[in-house]
Amino acid sequence: MNWEEKISKKVRDTPPSGIRKFFDIVNEMDDAISLGVGEPDFVTPWNIREASIHSIEKGMTYYTSNWGMIELREAISKYLKERFHISYDPKDEILVTVGASEGIDLALRTIIEPGDEVLIPDPSYVSYMPCVKMAGGEAVPVICTAEDEFKLTPEHLKEKITKKTKALILPYPNNPTGGIMDRADLLAIADVIRDTDIIVISDEIYAELTYNGRHTSFASIPDMKERTIVLNGFSKAFAMTGWRLGYAAGNTSFIRAMVKIHQYTMLCAPIMSQVAGLEALRSGFEEDFKTVRDMVKEYNYRRRVILKGFRDMGLECFEPLGAFYVFPSIEKTGMTSDEFCERLLMEEKVAVVPGNAFGESGEGFIRCSYACSIENINRALNRIGNFITKHI
Amino acid sequence: MGSRVNEILEILSKNSKLTPAEISTMLNMEVEEVKDIIKELEANNTIVKYNTLINWDKTDKERVTALIEVKVTPQRDQGFDSIAERIYKFPEVKSVYLMSGPYDLCVIVEGKTMKDVASFVAQRLSVLEPVLSTATHFILKPYKIEGVILEDDEKDGRQVITL
Repeated sequence: MNWEEKISKKVRDTPPSGIRKFFDIVNEMDDAISLGVGEPDFVTPWNIREASIHSIEKGMTYYTSNWGMIELREAISKYLKERFHISYDPKDEILVTVGASEGIDLALRTIIEPGDEVLIPDPSYVSYMPCVKMAGGEAVPVICTAEDEFKLTPEHLKEKITKKTKALILPYPNNPTGGIMDRADLLAIADVIRDTDIIVISDEIYAELTYNGRHTSFASIPDMKERTIVLNGFSKAFAMTGWRLGYAAGNTSFIRAMVKIHQYTMLCAPIMSQVAGLEALRSGFEEDFKTVRDMVKEYNYRRRVILKGFRDMGLECFEPLGAFYVFPSIEKTGMTSDEFCERLLMEEKVAVVPGNAFGESGEGFIRCSYACSIENINRALNRIGNFITKHI
Repeated sequence: MGSRVNEILEILSKNSKLTPAEISTMLNMEVEEVKDIIKELEANNTIVKYNTLINWDKTDKERVTALIEVKVTPQRDQGFDSIAERIYKFPEVKSVYLMSGPYDLCVIVEGKTMKDVASFVAQRLSVLEPVLSTATHFILKPYKIEGVILEDDEKDGRQVITL
């Protein structure tokens, strides 16, 4: 069978993730240090793991409601209210998803008609663009620059709004840049879209990981809740990536429509993960999220070390205030992002991710994750320092 | 200021090899300020000592540790402090704690062999006048010391690059 012809054009036209070659090389190397990991290096706290193990022992191995366990949705509702000052009815305004990733896909598929345009800040997480395209829409990148601290500015946003604009994805705190949007920034965006019908898909998966005050949810901006779908999850806040547990919160008509797709494609999130998520929130309320705060404190130490490291090398690097990435400019080396990353890996055995993997605006930058020990960060910084000295 | 001091202590308690320069970067402080704080903490004995946590089971060093429950008669005017002092001054004694519950002092003793420890208890500890009784428990295997799991089998299994 000629599979090339059998596979749908939409899928054929979707480029594979651009970092496969790096991945294969790093895997073969003995002494490589990776700053390319986009997930916490913390293991899920033991009480959460233990709760899930207990549920399996008790025989909780069945489906849950398509929406997710009501106890979990109630806890999520309380969490969103306490931590981000946004209130959603657990009965019909919150859907538990298989990671925030499923939430992105569901939200886009729920609203996109062929030809609809979806605005995506560039650079951003890699899955938005393919998800928009696979849902039949047009992905429209909106440029974000280092000068603007990789924030989405009202000016750049306005330029890209057309009659076909259906939605805006707002991914802050941002992967790969570590950029955040504070309340004033969000108010300015709200002013731009206030008189439009644009839906905002606010991906707030890194909301707990901010280093200069608490994250502001776009849904908490006056008049914006109605048009906003908030996506979040347990992966980054509670070091629970492998559990694949996320949620979407928004207007009930929107959520009900998402549930339709979810029930036919996913049915429900795994019950053992939902039990774990419930324990994460339950213990979080009990200790005022000390475990989360301790992780943030630790990330913040590393953030300062890695930022200083790059600046001491003479690379320009804006101060990231969210997530666990720094995004230094490598323009001074005269190399492209791809070239830099490949040569750094071959010459100094350090893996970082080329900025252009996250969109054209990421060209000239590299993404370095500090979700690893300070010792490894220092070792990596030494090696990158050698590399820079050789090539500047 | 107080929270800064506590943060420095917490950082050092996890890794005493970090330099003031490294700590100052982590906490966004001036190096000199960190140095001053550490000097002060050392001077007032808040930072008592910089130790290394060693899993002796990994070495060929012969070594046994025992936890001894000691019941004592408290002394007039001095309570348990003077008897505790008489016990903790023996070099064989690694730690001494005053306890609530059925016995008074928890004494951790280290020796080369069980015989060493037994003779310490018989000839040094039990003979002290205020000591009423002792119960010696030998430690068979340490799993976790000072919050650190000694044989942690949780490996970093993350994919080397994820976006």
